[in-house]
Amino acid sequence: MKKWFISSLTLIALLIGLQTQPALSATLIQVKGSDTEVNLVQRMAENFMKTNQGMSIAVTGGGSGVGIAAIINKTTDLANSSRPMKDTEITKAKANGVNPIGVVFAVDGLSVITQAKNKVNALTMDQIGQIYRGELTNWKQVGGADVPITLYGRQPNSGTFIFFREAVVRGDYSNKMNQMNGNAQILEAVKKDAGGIGYVGIGYVIDDHGKTDPGIHVLEVAKDSRSKAYSALKLENIMSGHYPLTRPLYQYFDGNQRAKVETFIKYELGPEGMAMVKKEGFYPLTDQWKKYNAQYNF
Amino acid sequence: MPNITSKRTFLDLDAGRIRKWRRLQDKLIYRFFQLNGTLSILILLGIFFLLLADGFPAVKNLGLSAFWDMIWNPTSFVKETYGLGAIIISTMMVTLGAMVLAVPIGLACAAYLAEVAPSWVREILKPVIEILAGIPSVVLGFLGIVVIGPAIATLFNLPNGLNAINGSILLAVMSLPTIISISEDTISAVPRTYKEASLALGATRWQTLIKVVIPSALSGIIASIMLGMGRAIGETMTVLMATGNALKTPHSLFDSVRTMTSTIAIELGEVPFGSDHYHGLFVVGFILFIMTFIVNLIADIVLAKYQEVER
Repeated sequence: MKKWFISSLTLIALLIGLQTQPALSATLIQVKGSDTEVNLVQRMAENFMKTNQGMSIAVTGGGSGVGIAAIINKTTDLANSSRPMKDTEITKAKANGVNPIGVVFAVDGLSVITQAKNKVNALTMDQIGQIYRGELTNWKQVGGADVPITLYGRQPNSGTFIFFREAVVRGDYSNKMNQMNGNAQILEAVKKDAGGIGYVGIGYVIDDHGKTDPGIHVLEVAKDSRSKAYSALKLENIMSGHYPLTRPLYQYFDGNQRAKVETFIKYELGPEGMAMVKKEGFYPLTDQWKKYNAQYNF
Repeated sequence: MPNITSKRTFLDLDAGRIRKWRRLQDKLIYRFFQLNGTLSILILLGIFFLLLADGFPAVKNLGLSAFWDMIWNPTSFVKETYGLGAIIISTMMVTLGAMVLAVPIGLACAAYLAEVAPSWVREILKPVIEILAGIPSVVLGFLGIVVIGPAIATLFNLPNGLNAINGSILLAVMSLPTIISISEDTISAVPRTYKEASLALGATRWQTLIKVVIPSALSGIIASIMLGMGRAIGETMTVLMATGNALKTPHSLFDSVRTMTSTIAIELGEVPFGSDHYHGLFVVGFILFIMTFIVNLIADIVLAKYQEVER
């Protein structure tokens, strides 16, 4: 009995020792949030860890809303977000002793996609809004074939859901919209659905070799009926801001804990980070966003 | 002589001590199980009151009538709505659909395993069915997206296969192991004399199975169905991935649905703590709790009635 007791005590002590050891030797940075950003940040984290021994970065998705909730509740170090924090969220964070600072580390041309066979090539913002509000229900109403439109969108915890609603829908999404779990699911569903329309981050449309996914068609989008339609696939349309769904991708951290995440963020904003941004299909920072970051000394 | 007596007293003493120790052990074990029993009741009550207390502020602020509506959309751009109608209908649709599929298949499979299958088949099938129970729900959800969804879409000529029937099929698969293994156990436990009497009266094996064996095992079969149903109602990940999650009230099994569990799973992660929306989600949880409670209560009443008749 005594022997058993002593040996189990030693075992417990050993286990505790084993558990605490890695925590002492490595700094763990937790990153949570946007599904649009998760692949890009994951890749950056992997490459960053190769050159920075002793740094450990764990990246998970869940949606921008989940990331922002986590930064407010101090359960993550970095929150990926494809939308800016709302004023109410900033107030809540400050009340919790968190000073949220958002850095823009990439630019996205949010892509409106259909199946490759769909003949419709360009839509205006207004038309897309009508489609997503459920006012236009057939492709023939926008110059396509006589096929009913199926809507694919994201869930309310998604930053893209909020951004798209504010920029395009400007009302409630149709109740008929399928609320998908992430960008990848929207892409797969639209590929299989002749009447489908969806919106995904440009990084999901473009593969590692810079090619567009052959199963889908990326629509050109015009600001209004009088302006020209631009494609999200061309760098110059994003850089000039002509593509109406150009948006910044944010990463939020607590200003009081800046030292912990500073090296990683600087790496992301540096040349290696920007190269990965391009490789994943997103766009590098424009001067406007560089200036924005400069106010926080990045 | 004195040696032996002393030894005997020593032995007696020891036996007495052992008896005492045993009694103490019995008592301790009894208390331990009693504690476990009470603990589960306490946890249940705890959950009940937690849901009640956290749901109450929403009811107080919004009024019960806010929930007595169809559409659940607390993050609306225009006007927040907290209607529970559509999500309750969706949950029931997916669950009942799953039961319609799983009960006949599960019962047939259990009867086959218990009464018809040769022992080597049973020895292979039983563990395989139990492995089915161990498949993680995300994996099934993924199958729903890539296999079952497209199959439904082509079969019924729909734009996509993200609908209630997809969820029902997946939940049927999930609840099958529960239904099969418990039903099979109870069917096997039907006394041999029942069967022998029936066969001796000239009934065929089929008649014996349908008229004698299954009715005698009915209590266990109903319990298995209710357990399977409990699993189906509460399942989250699979339905979240496979049913499309549209907010509208579903009209048929081919409509996209958003169940109560999906709603909680999607929204609880980012909802501002303490808001009406936050408390509203607890109302959804409370209703879900009541629904599973009613399912179990019905099962219990049916069982009690049936056992009375049997006696």
